[in-house]
Amino acid sequence: MQFTRRDALAVGAGAALVAGLPIRAMAMGDEYIEAFTGGAEVGEGGITLTAPEIAENGNTVPIEVSAEGATEIMVLALGNPVPPVATFKFGPLAASQDAKTRIRLAKTQDVVAIAKMDDGTFAKASASIKVTIGGCGG
Amino acid sequence: MISRRDFLQTSMAASAIVGTSGFGEWGRLAAQQALTQDQLLEFDTFGNVTLIHVTDIHAQMKPIYFREPSINVGVGDNTGHVPHITGADFRKLYGIDDGSPSHYALSSGDFSALAQAYGRVGGLDRVSTVINAIRADRPDALLLDGGDTWHGSYTCYHTQGQDMVNVMNALKPDAMTFHWEFTLGSDRVAKIVEGLPFAALGQNIFDAEWDEPAELFPPYQMFERGGIKIAVIGQAFPYMPIANPGWMFPEYAFGIRDEHMQEMVDQVRSEGAEVVVCLSHNGFDVDKKMAGIVSGIDVILSGHTHDALPEPVLVGETVIVASGSNGKFVSRVDLDVRDGRMMGFRHKLIPIFSDVIEPDAAVTAVIDGQRAPYMDQLTEVIGQSESLLYRRGNFNGTWDDLICDALLSEREADIALSPGVRWGPSILPGQDITREDIWNVTSMTYGAAYRTEMTGEFLHVVLEDVADNLFNPDPYYQQGGDMVRTGGLGYAIDISQPQGSRITDLTLLSTGEAIDPAKTYQVAGWASVNEGTEGPAIWDVVESHIRRQGTVTVTPNTAVKVTGI
Repeated sequence: MQFTRRDALAVGAGAALVAGLPIRAMAMGDEYIEAFTGGAEVGEGGITLTAPEIAENGNTVPIEVSAEGATEIMVLALGNPVPPVATFKFGPLAASQDAKTRIRLAKTQDVVAIAKMDDGTFAKASASIKVTIGGCGG
Repeated sequence: MISRRDFLQTSMAASAIVGTSGFGEWGRLAAQQALTQDQLLEFDTFGNVTLIHVTDIHAQMKPIYFREPSINVGVGDNTGHVPHITGADFRKLYGIDDGSPSHYALSSGDFSALAQAYGRVGGLDRVSTVINAIRADRPDALLLDGGDTWHGSYTCYHTQGQDMVNVMNALKPDAMTFHWEFTLGSDRVAKIVEGLPFAALGQNIFDAEWDEPAELFPPYQMFERGGIKIAVIGQAFPYMPIANPGWMFPEYAFGIRDEHMQEMVDQVRSEGAEVVVCLSHNGFDVDKKMAGIVSGIDVILSGHTHDALPEPVLVGETVIVASGSNGKFVSRVDLDVRDGRMMGFRHKLIPIFSDVIEPDAAVTAVIDGQRAPYMDQLTEVIGQSESLLYRRGNFNGTWDDLICDALLSEREADIALSPGVRWGPSILPGQDITREDIWNVTSMTYGAAYRTEMTGEFLHVVLEDVADNLFNPDPYYQQGGDMVRTGGLGYAIDISQPQGSRITDLTLLSTGEAIDPAKTYQVAGWASVNEGTEGPAIWDVVESHIRRQGTVTVTPNTAVKVTGI
């Protein structure tokens, strides 16, 4: 099973799909990344992933991705049983390539965003988000 | 109690705390001089802007004893750097003589003896005298309160923070940011903030539903003083809904949000700010990291971690000032701002020796007015202590050992847990313990002493989780408190390990047996962040325990073995 374009739902210029797909958990995110990039090299820079360092509530963690010139941005939560979170698609008329959503994190983990640029290149950003039971702040 | 006259005649080598105009060792007056108010206040007014910083007062209106930590371990890039240097090493670093007033005020070691000689510290009427003296030098000085102000005492609890609001208003602050204030509940906070005669700031206080800046708390305030445009940006404690009960303020989200901080700095600069001040409740290591990421902040007035540093720390071109806690210190920072930028500064951390600094009678009257309805309850003597009772330090202090003993005996538990908070004054050996003293180390709006069952495995998870919130090498992943205090439970901790591997050798102290991961233990604790926690109030549990004991003695805790420093 792959996470394909068909699984994503395009609504207007910026569209989010929160994937509750019944796919098997695979080892880390490499397979999803490879499926998204077709094996192309993934660079750093040109994409921003904004996320809290420590989640206030692991059930609803606000994140934001932006990458100027992107046609698609895929978000993976590598430590979740089902890593794919969303793929945002931006049409040619999109005023900005920027999207916000909230995601559920099962535990402390890395979240990765990969942008496909309009020139066919790929760029990656990641953030480590801690999910804690907390309760001792002085 | 030592009188003012006795104090002046004390033969102990005395070096007043005097800042310098730059870095390096701070200047000292000749030894053997007696300490006077004039010395404490001496300051060669500099530049054209003055900032006055107070923070983490925790509702301590009257003078108290406060022992600084002897264990404050730094991790990652902060290993071996201030504020993670304590005791004799701290004194050596800053050239502080043993037995001097600075030794007593700033570092641990010989605390009980020095406290007898130098007396209590703090008292907001003394703080007022210092503020007035600074304002006499520079009438338009900005007074900035770093938060943790409306929390931490019997009267603060019973007036829902109103006592502190009234007393602080008498000091006339210009701006404030927040942490424990939110544990009054969002309705109460909103009601107070709407009536505040000064700015309530927090660039990282967001509306939880929409993840947008909260309207009630502006990100910054512009001031014009001495012809200089000064921007003060607020930074509330980033991890409130995790470290404290989020259900008490569900409308708000926080976080560090350094990208938004950068936006705010850029915005105030574009609006003409010539100097940018961040009034922060991040904690010192988080402020250091933020100063390296966000550009354009001239001064960070740092709070939360209760560190008192006699010199600022410089990160790039950002000056970070740490001003202690519990009303024990006031920082004065003079800035020379010219041509749209900060050209220089002069700093002094002023310790509030309560027997040296004359109280401001007008503020004493306001303080006593807040306390008057409660004096009978406040002053009732519950018992005496033969030991020094203190809280600060990464691991168990004697106050929390006593609280854990109270939980074990009063709640008939195998194991007790006490939160690793940093507030709470100290009690000297031989001192009476009053009800006020007990409330000073336990008062909070979620102080139910719960009793619950935990498996050995879950206990391990809890300790690992809290340890990572303190010892994660990246300060942005440290949640803010010290290590949870344990009673009836011993353990070993290797700080250098990653989460899940730090805590070993969990031992049930009553039997000496290893904790069995599969076995269930009776655990008593307090300050749970969970809604609906039930149990008697922790202050009643502690009072009952001390009353039964009459005189309490706390033996040194050797049940926590620390390695990997």
